[in-house]
Amino acid sequence: MSMIEKHAIFEKNSIVLLVGILIAVAIGGLVEIVPLFYLKSTIEKVEGVRPYTPLELAGRNIYIREGCYLCHSQMIRPMRDEIERYGHYSLAAESMYDHPFQWGSKRTGPDLARVGNKYSDKWHVEHLINPRAVVPDSVMPGYPFLAKAELDTKHLVDVMKANRLVGVPYTDEEIANAAADAVAQATPDDTTVAKRYGKAVSRDFDGNPAKVTELDAVIAYLQVLGTMVDFTTYDDKANVR
Amino acid sequence: MAQQELDHLSGQTTTGHEWDGLKELNTPLPKWWLYVFYACIIWAIGYMVVYPSWPLVSDYAHGIVGPQERLHAVADYENGKAARLANAAGLADAPLDKIKSTPAFLEFAMANGKAAFGDNCAPCHGSGATGGPGFPNLQDDDWMWGGKLDDIYQTIRFGIRSGNDKMRDMTMPNFGKDGILTKEQIASVASYVMSLSDTTVKAAADGKQLFADNCASCHGEDAHGNQEMGAPNLADKIWLYGAGVDKVAAQISEPKHGVMPAWEGRLDPITIKSLAVYIHSLGGGK
Repeated sequence: MSMIEKHAIFEKNSIVLLVGILIAVAIGGLVEIVPLFYLKSTIEKVEGVRPYTPLELAGRNIYIREGCYLCHSQMIRPMRDEIERYGHYSLAAESMYDHPFQWGSKRTGPDLARVGNKYSDKWHVEHLINPRAVVPDSVMPGYPFLAKAELDTKHLVDVMKANRLVGVPYTDEEIANAAADAVAQATPDDTTVAKRYGKAVSRDFDGNPAKVTELDAVIAYLQVLGTMVDFTTYDDKANVR
Repeated sequence: MAQQELDHLSGQTTTGHEWDGLKELNTPLPKWWLYVFYACIIWAIGYMVVYPSWPLVSDYAHGIVGPQERLHAVADYENGKAARLANAAGLADAPLDKIKSTPAFLEFAMANGKAAFGDNCAPCHGSGATGGPGFPNLQDDDWMWGGKLDDIYQTIRFGIRSGNDKMRDMTMPNFGKDGILTKEQIASVASYVMSLSDTTVKAAADGKQLFADNCASCHGEDAHGNQEMGAPNLADKIWLYGAGVDKVAAQISEPKHGVMPAWEGRLDPITIKSLAVYIHSLGGGK
């Protein structure tokens, strides 16, 4: 009976009970979450993953602003039908520079983890302006205003600094050139962005050379999704953890 | 703790709690429930031994079986592919014309190609493969880069202006924007080009000569195009960017260039072959 009698302390004092619950939940949380920060196997090392360029990062912010994640996931689960439809399952490293990640679990639209290079820029332009123009059955809303809105680059420096604070390895040089790089990447024949960001591609994404629009940024972001890792040289077995 | 007492009606003792004269019976848990509960605890211990469980200092407890979800998925995927290929073994190494001429191969390629088309090609070319403005119709046997099996196969594998090393790539000059021809000259050529397929359009007097000087090197003297260069046939009624002198003139002045992604590496080789055979069956040949 002694244990039961001690338990009476919790039942009779709500503050003691509250503290007790807090301690119990904290232990559970620590055991489940803390190891993820130090276990090497949490994020395997994969060749090719690089931080987003300023233009892609701007596109990502617009993607989040417009709530694309409410209907689109960005994570191909390791299951047969997922692999058949979307390609190689997603790797943790592929979203290591995503803050916050866009994995999601709601799929009103298809998964976008590997949509990069799947369609042409022109398709994305038409599809974002009016999805029904190219996919008659689509229930996606149109985003025609993206094509008109000039891209606001003045916050990109802050966005990159914030990302660096949480672990994205942007250099001082990259941050200093954020706005210029964003404009440069939407300009054909540019080489400066590729120099700073590995395989980043520069071109006029939205087909409107007159200005750099939000549509440029969103398409630049969509076209890089899932394309950083070369899966012809990726070994599934070597990376089983 | 209040006094526990025996309840004579049920034969149980009470818990000793009492609220306004109401007392609580201390009925024991049903035996079956209790044993299931104990069994679950034992099961959980077994689970910890067999499957990954506890985080450790530098690694985690892998368990006897270990985490195999990813390998299972890949194996499932490979098995699924192999099962579908059961009646078409050898297709992976067969040349395209052999796939076309072997019924078992053809049946597989058509089914596989149709499924892959729906997910990967239909967004641009349409679910019926009839295309749209800027996206070629694949049903009409009018091909920019060739409609033979091998031509279609190459286009699918490496794409058009896709950035792939082996992509099909040719760019038409900006005749208007770069000042190669004047606005009037472009209007003349456009009227000549339209008149080739539309008898209601009257060609300007200098159109034919301008065409021979500027366009014929790629599109041919007779304007029938050149599939080696991706130069479309201008003498038929099929227009990728719309019919009419205005639209043709716009395309001469500052041509739009379509982009098709490269599918090698994204789709497996068997699926790419299947797609080539499927698309060839829609309207291929030339």
